[in-house]
Amino acid sequence: MARDRFAALARMNYSSPYVALPMRLTVAENLAVYGHLYNVPKLRHRIAELAHEFDLETLLKRRAGALSAGQKTRVALAKALINRPELLLLDEPTASLDPDTADYVRGRLEAYRAESGAAILLASHNMAEVERLCSDVLMMKQGKIVDRGAPDALIARYGRDDLEQVFLAIARAGKAA
Amino acid sequence: MSAPGLRRVWGLIYRHLCLYRRSWPRLLELAYWPTLELLIWGFTAQFVIHGQTSMPVKAGGALIGGVLLWEVALRAQMGVTISFLEEIWSRNLGHVFVSPLRPRELIFALLGVSVMRTVIGLAPATAIAFLLYAFNLFALGPALLLFFLNLLLMGWWMSLGVIALLFRYGASAEALAWTLAFGVTPIACVFYPVSVLPVWLRPVAQILPASHIFGGMRSVLYHNAMNWPQLAAAFCLNLIWMVGATLVFAAQFRAARVNGALISIGE
Repeated sequence: MARDRFAALARMNYSSPYVALPMRLTVAENLAVYGHLYNVPKLRHRIAELAHEFDLETLLKRRAGALSAGQKTRVALAKALINRPELLLLDEPTASLDPDTADYVRGRLEAYRAESGAAILLASHNMAEVERLCSDVLMMKQGKIVDRGAPDALIARYGRDDLEQVFLAIARAGKAA
Repeated sequence: MSAPGLRRVWGLIYRHLCLYRRSWPRLLELAYWPTLELLIWGFTAQFVIHGQTSMPVKAGGALIGGVLLWEVALRAQMGVTISFLEEIWSRNLGHVFVSPLRPRELIFALLGVSVMRTVIGLAPATAIAFLLYAFNLFALGPALLLFFLNLLLMGWWMSLGVIALLFRYGASAEALAWTLAFGVTPIACVFYPVSVLPVWLRPVAQILPASHIFGGMRSVLYHNAMNWPQLAAAFCLNLIWMVGATLVFAAQFRAARVNGALISIGE
């Protein structure tokens, strides 16, 4: 990474609700732009594949700015997978999504990881999501890592019922006094 | 540049082509200001020439030629900076910079968009100059290409400077994208020779390629002779400015990447 940053970038991708895709471009145009940027071979075929996978076929000619939040998330995820990344960076992938869409997104991520063997680095405040998707968790507080471990190990270590309670215990540590 | 590199450049150019091909207000905006400037200065030139017989007719041509050629630098500068601002406005920079697009490829793509914007923006004004004022810009001959190239280069290094400021100061530097080249106009000596300026301001004008380019243009229009030393001076100055602007751009880009400012640049 330090020696050849750009070779590494070609094998990664990224998605965040805080970074948008050009709103005036259609879904197909957006995917084409990023397909070119990632030098994706057989781009039309790849776009068709992703459109099928993320149920975007009827949205391909629609402008990205005219999509609902759930549709935008699916498009962002399709963009994030366009180059079949070996490392996928996700920032709050299900933020502000309804439970049904959020579950769909988590399902797609699990499926991609299972079929590709890719690593997913996920930043999330949704502990149920973290518990479901992550094998290794870094708990951060004020920008510093304060604990680390598998979800089950963290829950056992703090003597709680779930990761949400672990999160609260860490966040509130020192406040009670 | 490698084939993947060229494809990445094309990817970014394609993004802007998509934007323009279905937005007539954007296309109209490209041609609006050059045409307006041409109409104002064209009629002014006609008035001055017909009102004062002592005024050489060629001076009118110099005014119109000045307007048209200066627009090359203005449009080239805006073409790069506004295309970059489009990425900021659409909150898309994070995706662009996480992709394997190299900074030099980003620059080449923005320059490509800038050439298209400049040609589309100037085509109507050039046609109007011929139809309304009988001024044929192409009568400058092969020299036109050299003037055009030098003014493109000048617009480009100015735009790299503006983008470097955007990296450094964020969207608060956005106003410079619209105003920088206009602010340079008084010392660019587009319509008058450097000797018109106060003595203390002349060295400032002379380190700008524009003063040499427009000196060369007047030489062709008035004397039908190419002033090669002036053109060479303009080209050398452009190279120096371009190297300087590229270094500043690269330094500010690196700093913005290290500070994590590339994603939050529009906020």
